Amino acid sequence: MPDVVPIMRMGPDLLVTLQGDLDDRAVEQIEQEVTDQVARTSARAVLVDVSGLAVLDSFVARVLARLVSMVRLLGADATLVGISPAVAITLVELGVSLRHVNTALNAEQGMGRLRRLREGDASRWAGHDDRG
Amino acid sequence: MVATVVVISGESDLLDVRSALRTAAERAGLRLTATTKLVTAGSELARNILRYATGGQGTVTIEECTTRAGRGVRAVFVDQGPGIADLDEVMRDGFSSGGSLGIGLPGSRRLVDEFTIDSMPGRGTTVVISQWDR
Repeated sequence: MPDVVPIMRMGPDLLVTLQGDLDDRAVEQIEQEVTDQVARTSARAVLVDVSGLAVLDSFVARVLARLVSMVRLLGADATLVGISPAVAITLVELGVSLRHVNTALNAEQGMGRLRRLREGDASRWAGHDDRG
Repeated sequence: MVATVVVISGESDLLDVRSALRTAAERAGLRLTATTKLVTAGSELARNILRYATGGQGTVTIEECTTRAGRGVRAVFVDQGPGIADLDEVMRDGFSSGGSLGIGLPGSRRLVDEFTIDSMPGRGTTVVISQWDR
């Protein structure tokens, strides 16, 4: 079990990197720690990188989906990145859709998604100001 | 061929089950997707034992095997738990008696090439899964 949850601050965002084979307790510990950090740092978005995870079974998937919901309730955006083709095939056949979870191919595309969201927000606000 | 036996009696044993399955899959030359499916199915079945078997205990015996179909891995999950009265019911998607998502057994079956389940109420449950190199 990791003593330190691998959470990195990147400006207003948090990058969480999951690595290796995690036991159930470690997964729940990470869920708790990420939720705490989002609140403590007022993060705007969280990217959870699962590309280094050895296995993503229904339990891990359920905790990740729960984590995404919690982060959203705290007013931040959450994206799951780095699901490999083998893991994607496995999850779909297992019957875990993660359909309410935003995903991106990798961390870079996940950051790109956040950037687009923010540009969209910024232009919407600019438009609002023009009218006002 | 050498069989590996992993005792399942606590959450941390899931790591040993997954690691033993991965090692066997790699030794048998299974591809990445087949390996990932096998390891995930094994993780679900081991967790079922922790959740439902008496005292949350059981074993998994993992061995490489060779048939006309090619090389592969077979894993036998055994527990002496309460058993399952209605196998058809638990193999249906969405059925769960333990507050989980109810995808464990039917989901695991879809991930592997062969899946057999045998259970007697009061005597326990045996699940055999195999994955082949194709």
